[in-house]
Amino acid sequence: MSTRSASAPAALPIAAGSRAQRTARRLASPSGAVFLLLLALIIAITAFNPSFAEPGQLIRFVARVAPIAIAAMGQYFVLICGEFDLSMGALVTAQVVISGTLIGQDGTRILPVLVLMFAFAILVGLINGLVTNLLRVPSFIATLGMMLVLSGLVFYSTGGSAGENPVDAFRQIGRGGVQGVPVLTILPYSVLVLAVVLLLSVWLMSRPFGKTLIAVGDNATAARLTGVPVWWVRTRAFILSAIAATISGILLVGYAGVNPSVGRGYEFAAITGAVVGGVVLGGGRGWIVSAAAGAVTLEALFTLLNFSGVPATFRDSVQGLIIIVAVAFSAQTWQRRRRSSEPHAPAAAPTLSSRSTTAPTPGTD
Amino acid sequence: MSAVAARRLPRRIRVDSSVVVLVVLPLVIVVGAVLVGLSGRSFFSAGNISAVLTGTSVLGFFAIGQTLVVLAGGLDLSVPYVASLSSLLAAGVMAGQVGNIVPGVLAALAMAIGVGVINGVLVSVFRVNAFIATLGVGLMISGYLATNYNGSFGETPFEFRLVGATGIGPVPVSTILMVAFAALVALLLTKTRIGHHVFATGGEPNVARMSGIRNEIPLIVAHMLCSVFAGLAGLLLASRLGVGSPTVGSQGGYDLLSIAAVVLGGTLLSGGRGTILGTLGAVLILAVVSNVMGVLQVNPFIQDAVRGILIVAAVAVYARRTTLRRVPRFGGGTATALGTRPAEEGR
Repeated sequence: MSTRSASAPAALPIAAGSRAQRTARRLASPSGAVFLLLLALIIAITAFNPSFAEPGQLIRFVARVAPIAIAAMGQYFVLICGEFDLSMGALVTAQVVISGTLIGQDGTRILPVLVLMFAFAILVGLINGLVTNLLRVPSFIATLGMMLVLSGLVFYSTGGSAGENPVDAFRQIGRGGVQGVPVLTILPYSVLVLAVVLLLSVWLMSRPFGKTLIAVGDNATAARLTGVPVWWVRTRAFILSAIAATISGILLVGYAGVNPSVGRGYEFAAITGAVVGGVVLGGGRGWIVSAAAGAVTLEALFTLLNFSGVPATFRDSVQGLIIIVAVAFSAQTWQRRRRSSEPHAPAAAPTLSSRSTTAPTPGTD
Repeated sequence: MSAVAARRLPRRIRVDSSVVVLVVLPLVIVVGAVLVGLSGRSFFSAGNISAVLTGTSVLGFFAIGQTLVVLAGGLDLSVPYVASLSSLLAAGVMAGQVGNIVPGVLAALAMAIGVGVINGVLVSVFRVNAFIATLGVGLMISGYLATNYNGSFGETPFEFRLVGATGIGPVPVSTILMVAFAALVALLLTKTRIGHHVFATGGEPNVARMSGIRNEIPLIVAHMLCSVFAGLAGLLLASRLGVGSPTVGSQGGYDLLSIAAVVLGGTLLSGGRGTILGTLGAVLILAVVSNVMGVLQVNPFIQDAVRGILIVAAVAVYARRTTLRRVPRFGGGTATALGTRPAEEGR
């Protein structure tokens, strides 16, 4: 309610106030608060373990969280247009196993197999998107089916045991780095990959495609009426999510090796990361950089728990608590926002709360 | 009025997706019986029928509860953890003593009610998205389980194990109990005020609110009952295993499988439309498919893949139906189409 009186009704609420006021407001929003939370966590970790703040340690932390941050960004594309991608974890596993099986110890196969993996990702994303949009199966069910199929095939082909690791040159992408960098001593390739993916994603979201994606998530019917090919926009989101899962998989092969348990639960980790970053399930709200930051925040939280001596088994409980609090906070904030941006609407109009009361309605318009 | 209106409409438009399930079910049974017959065994032997029905009971409990939450417009991802905790509490309190059966069951159900109310309050009062609220609560329970229990715990007395082990003829007691509870929930949904409110809230919360329904109450009741059913499933699992286990729920993947069963049963994932009968049909379809693949000795991992394709394909068929039913609202014949809708949904 306080925001309502603070913002001038004449200007758009988002543009009102001085630069400092706007920055403060942005940081108080769910998408901004995640950065404050991340900063607080890093300070807390440093208090337990002062060497964590050294540039070399910090860059290793970033390298370690790169796969999940990339997965969260991929999931963001799907979440922002109001869908889910539950097949992400199974796809990560599938790509890890594919790279292990097909590359083997032959360094010359790296490039063709990489091309094949990305083609496979596009195929998976395309199927997810087409089943969701053309067959009108809710994405929750469509991608759940894809998850069952992919993980079934992966476990069938591996028998559930760890496979042979691919050639070291390929694993270097995930575990190696540029040596002899000043200050950092080593600049891991995965950090570079993360930076490139981040820049590309931000660029993509600033393009008409990104704006359309958000419009589809906010109100698919309105988007369709303005001439947006909704099915194709959503299908591309699924393809992007599958590509992100593939990049995560490539990094994870270097980090963790070929094992059918790599990537397990990645879909939920990516979704919760994005949600902690202020992305609203149901679509239309959220910033892709915050989604990545949300995933990093969760990892930082686990690191803090490790350092502070909390038993590892409590990880789940703390994660559960954090995501509930984060979403409750963002639900309240977005609601206040909407009220303050519609000064003529009655304060308690139930329409304003509908978005957050209703459960996700994947696949329906 | 519905009879007159129904006669005017083309037949395919009248078919509700929950009814489609009951058409698909005999088809699945016939195909399954033929496949099993080709391998030289009988699908309809008493032993096999008993095996199929046993396969329905646990998933059935989960799916009945999940139907309520999905109808109210949400979903519940915490059910496997509630079931695990329920099995541990029950087996722990019972500790092999017959006299402790009632306290054990009550303790498990009280826990389930508590978790369900927390879920419901988070979703309705704090407006946390159901996906995140129930995932979060599930994770919290999961952490508690991992911290406090190392492997199986407690013991259920012989008399309690009989519930999961005996049957009347080829029909297991657990399945009879499940169907009885399903009938109660079906009555709740169709005959009581709270049941109608669940449909209204799930269908369109704004309209429900403006019609004077407090959306919080149906949501909390639906989540509470869903957890209670997860607790019952946990009790059944404890009765089968003879002990409580911290992983018995999550190993079965019952969270996603029960949602799949609900949607397979023709309930709209976005809420407001669906039946318990459809859910039961879907659970039976899944049990028959599992049984047939088991008898044919299909690799268990391939079974997962087949199940995935089957669920998506079936839901795709219903989804087409639903869109067909909605077309007349905007085209010709608006009056007839609208006229039949309340009659259809009133069931």
